[in-house]
Amino acid sequence: MNWFTKFLTSSIGQKLVMSLTGLFLISFLVVHLAGNLQLMADDGGVAFNTYAKFMTGNPVIKTISYGLYAMILLHAFQGLALWFKNRKARGSEKYAVKVTRGADGVATSAAKQMAVLGTLILAFLLIHMGDFWWAMKTEAVPMADCGGEPCQDLYTKVYASFKQWWVVAAYIVGMIALAFHLRHGFWSAFQTLGWNHPKYTPAINGAAWVIALVLPVAYAAIPLYMYFALPEMTTVPEMGGIFGS
Amino acid sequence: MIVGSSKSLQTDNCQLTTDNYSKMKLTLKIWRQKNAKSAGKFESHQVVAEEHMSFLEMLDVLNEQLISERKEPVAFEHDCREGICGTCSMVINGHPHGLMQGTTTCQLHMRHFKDGETIAIEPFRAQSFPLIKDLVVDRSAFDRIIQAGGYISVNTGQAPDGNAIPIEKDQALDAFNAAACIGCGACVAACPNSSAMLFTSAKVSHLAQTPQGEIEAQRRVLGMVNQMDEEGFGRCSNVTACEAECPKEISVTNIARMNREYLSASLTSDVMK
Repeated sequence: MNWFTKFLTSSIGQKLVMSLTGLFLISFLVVHLAGNLQLMADDGGVAFNTYAKFMTGNPVIKTISYGLYAMILLHAFQGLALWFKNRKARGSEKYAVKVTRGADGVATSAAKQMAVLGTLILAFLLIHMGDFWWAMKTEAVPMADCGGEPCQDLYTKVYASFKQWWVVAAYIVGMIALAFHLRHGFWSAFQTLGWNHPKYTPAINGAAWVIALVLPVAYAAIPLYMYFALPEMTTVPEMGGIFGS
Repeated sequence: MIVGSSKSLQTDNCQLTTDNYSKMKLTLKIWRQKNAKSAGKFESHQVVAEEHMSFLEMLDVLNEQLISERKEPVAFEHDCREGICGTCSMVINGHPHGLMQGTTTCQLHMRHFKDGETIAIEPFRAQSFPLIKDLVVDRSAFDRIIQAGGYISVNTGQAPDGNAIPIEKDQALDAFNAAACIGCGACVAACPNSSAMLFTSAKVSHLAQTPQGEIEAQRRVLGMVNQMDEEGFGRCSNVTACEAECPKEISVTNIARMNREYLSASLTSDVMK
C-alpha cells in the first residue's frame, strides 16, 4: 500500500479525515448562518433573495459548494465506517453492566452518541436540502424583484415551509442534535489534530461551548421567528419540495 | 488503615485475629466460561468477606469455598497484588478495576462495598482480547504492539550512568507519568470502541520524550500504530473513558501527542511504506 493511502486509512488517519472535514463543516455553518440570518430582516425578502442569487450564481461559490457536498459525504461515510469498525472491535459479547465515565470537562454522553447524533443531523440535512435545495434545482420557483433585477423568490419558499409546525419541529430536533454533536466534535477535532495543550485546551473547550450553543440557537431562531412572529401568508405560492404547499 | 476493634492486633501473644472485623455478605454475579469456544453465562455465588480484604482476597475466599464444595474455582489473573503489574483484569460493576479511580483490582478494598451488595464481575471485553477462561483474557496484542516499536535500541554491556544524559525536569516528569502505564488493558475495556490508543500513546509518549527514545521515535510511532490497527482495536472517538478508568491515571494528552507524532512521522519520515 502506498504510504499516503496507508496513512489516511490508519486509525489516526481516519480520525484526521473526520477532524478536518468536521472543522470545514463548522466553518460552513458560520457562513451559512451569517447569510441566512437575513431571513429575519424585515424587508419582504429582498436582502435574502439578493444574497441567494449571488450564492447560486457565483462560479467560485459554486465550486466551493461542490467541495462542501463532498466534505459532507466524506464526513458521513467515514463516520459510518468508523462506527462499524468500532462495533466490530467491541466483539460479540457485550457487558451486562457498563458505566462510562470520562475525564473532567468532557461531554461523555455526547461523545458516545456521535454516530446517532450524526445520523440525526444527516436525516435533517436530507429534509432541509430536499425542501429547499432540491426544490430550487428542480421546480420552477416564482420570481421576485431584487432591487430592479429579477431573482428567484426563495424567501417566500422558506416562509411557506416555516409556517408548517412539523417543519419547525424537525428543525428544532436537528439543531438539538447539532448542539451536542458540536459540543464534542469541536474539542475532539483538535484533540485528533494533536492540539491538546494546557495553554490552549481551556480556550478550545470554551469555544466548543460557544459554538455548540450559539450556532444551533441562532439557526433555530429563524424558523421559530417565521412561525411565531410573522403573519400568516395571504397567498400560498405553488411550490414543490418535499413539504411543498 | 485498620478497621475493627482494638483487639484485632493482639501483640502480647503475637496473634492476629480478625474476628471483630466487620463481615459483609455479598452476592457475586460472576461470568463463567469454560473456554473461548463455549458459551458463557453469569453464575451467582454468596460469599462472606471482611471489609479489610482486597477484592482479590475476597475472590480467594470464594475459590476456597468452591474448591471445598468440589466445584471448579473461578479463573482470574493476578500476580504482584501491589498495583504495579497490571495483571488483575476484570470489570467490576461496570468499571474496569472497579469504581475507585486510580486503583487496580488488587488494591481495591472491600470496605468500598456495602454489606448485602450484589457485585457483577465480568472479563475485559474486546475483540482483540479473546477470552481464555472465566475472567481471563488474552492480552498478548499489547505485547505485539510493544514488539512493533515500544523499546529503545542500546548496546549491551554495563548499565550506563543514570545521570549521564541530562533531561529537562518537566519533560522527564511527563515521560515518567506516561511510563506509569502498566499495560493492564483497562483503557480498552473501558472504551466504547475498544480502542488501544491510551496504552499505545503512553508508550509512545514515554519514549519519545527522552533523548534515548527520540532517536527511533518516527519508526516507533509508525510501527506501533500499524500494529495496533492490525490487532483490530477500535478507533478513538475521544470519549476519555480510558483516562477515567486507568488505574495509573494516564492522561489523554498522550493520545494527542501520539497523533502529532504519527502525523509528523507519516508526512516527514523516510519510511516509504
